[in-house]
Amino acid sequence: MKALRKLFDNIKPLVEEGGKFHAFRSFVDGFETFAFVPNQTSRQGCVNIHDAIDSKRIMSFVVISLLPALFFGMYNVGYQNYAAAGTLADSTFWDLFIFGFLAVLPKILVSYIVGLGIEFVVAQWKNEEIQEGFLVSGILIPMIIPVNTPLWALALAVAFSVIIAKEIFGGTGMNIFNPALITRAFLFFSYPSVMTGDDNVWVAQESIFGFGNNLPDTFSAATPLGEASVGNAIPCETICNAITGLIPGSIGETSVIAIALGALLLLFTGVASWKTMLSVFVGGGLMGWLLEGVGGNQLEWWHHFVLGGFAFGAVFMATDPVTSARTECGKYFYGFLIGVVAVMVRVLNPGYPEGMMLAILLMNLFAPLIDYFVVQRNITMRAKRAIKK
Amino acid sequence: MSKLFSEENKAAFSNPLNLDNPVTVQVLGICSALAVTSQLEPAIVMGLSVTVITAFSNVIISLLRKTIPNRIRIIVQLVVVAALVTIVSQMLKAFAYDVSVQLSVYVGLIITNCILMGRLEAFAMQNAPWPSFLDGIGNGLGYAIILVIVGFVRELFGFGTLFGINIIPQSWYVSNGGWYMDNGMMVMPAMSLIIVGCVIWAHRSINKEAK
Repeated sequence: MKALRKLFDNIKPLVEEGGKFHAFRSFVDGFETFAFVPNQTSRQGCVNIHDAIDSKRIMSFVVISLLPALFFGMYNVGYQNYAAAGTLADSTFWDLFIFGFLAVLPKILVSYIVGLGIEFVVAQWKNEEIQEGFLVSGILIPMIIPVNTPLWALALAVAFSVIIAKEIFGGTGMNIFNPALITRAFLFFSYPSVMTGDDNVWVAQESIFGFGNNLPDTFSAATPLGEASVGNAIPCETICNAITGLIPGSIGETSVIAIALGALLLLFTGVASWKTMLSVFVGGGLMGWLLEGVGGNQLEWWHHFVLGGFAFGAVFMATDPVTSARTECGKYFYGFLIGVVAVMVRVLNPGYPEGMMLAILLMNLFAPLIDYFVVQRNITMRAKRAIKK
Repeated sequence: MSKLFSEENKAAFSNPLNLDNPVTVQVLGICSALAVTSQLEPAIVMGLSVTVITAFSNVIISLLRKTIPNRIRIIVQLVVVAALVTIVSQMLKAFAYDVSVQLSVYVGLIITNCILMGRLEAFAMQNAPWPSFLDGIGNGLGYAIILVIVGFVRELFGFGTLFGINIIPQSWYVSNGGWYMDNGMMVMPAMSLIIVGCVIWAHRSINKEAK
């Protein structure tokens, strides 16, 4: 956050009256308001409120950092459809993007309308202020589901997760599990036929308003992870595509580059913890390295980072400040175990090609325990030190 | 006659149905509530079996209560319950074979049902046979009600049927060109835990005043 504040302070003279970029004043001003209101801090030198960052500002930054992955996801939805129909050469960038946009938009709308609707009702009922927690969940949910998820199932899953995973624990900030992942888990276990496998799940099938192509019913496309789970080798080209993101998969999770852009913003502003993020990758890499070649597993250790939801989960899900471990030391353990469990599920359980969702949900459950041990260890250490004297 | 249905006896019967429900208030017998409720029919049979066994074991223990040595009372209770469970299990095998296959070990496991031991220890050991009988019936039915509610929800949304008869129109299903799919999670025990939780939630908010 401090770095960003400095950046704004440096830019400001340039856009003020007489400055070089005066034309951009309102733009910079608007963005500053968005990023730094409320900005009441205590005076320097007395009690210590140095930065008035609140949950609204944190969430705004997470939403901004999600945008690259979201826009790329929309483009990729179009790309997969046109590639499957074989008409990629005749289409422009905007054809692909607009088709993807039209395919993804209903999911975003459903997610926000249902989720915020329930939040409004609950807030009214409890006589509380509206909590902004669903701002991030609402955009995360459409990004972690396949493009062909039926809207009614999505609405049901969002309602389930907002009520059961969030509101009954006391609302934003009190939940044990990540609501977006609970939505996905509900869909995954309730309607497995639309969430996993290779039967018409990952590629949009029908044209919308003249954009896109109608694909035959028999068309099917598996994700690279799905292929890997049945023991097929992953060609080198697929890995390259997985880095740019041009592979079938859940809407927002495919592109490592777009996710990395978001991760940079999160780390630059200090919104997400680098400790959690780094240790997820360390844990996943280590386990991937240990399991190379086990049980017909064709993936090299670093393949796990670029395929499926690993990167997305590590950057946007594991770092959720509410459900992750809160002690600084505990974050290392928390992240490391997420990586380990995710790769273990991927490689050792033939039923589930992807393990990131299950790993994060499992570790959400263990985060308070990790915190407990870290705090206890600190207490014991200090007690010993006190007794020695 | 008036003595048979005194206020106390009525309370022994009606309390467990609502205000002192063994599942939603005392949170006993949860394991079998999760295991046998994926369809309505086994849920009802299970509820009735537990009702019969609780009622009669309550009566028998209540008759014996003054002769049972305190130190071995659990063993005596277990013998009585085990005998009754065996009888019920054999009856089910003889007259309702399909259901007894579906229930599999869970009929035998009624022996370990916490509701039974709880009622024997807490009620039958201190009370006369008739109130004990009413208490057993009440607790069994209180348990059965919850099983039926959970079984109803799970079978309706998990299979689209009730008692094996299609309720949700076939034309709605994706395989027939519609949009609907059965909810696979309803079939899993995890979901019945959530449904029991919802029932407890509803029950508590209805009875907020009464407590």
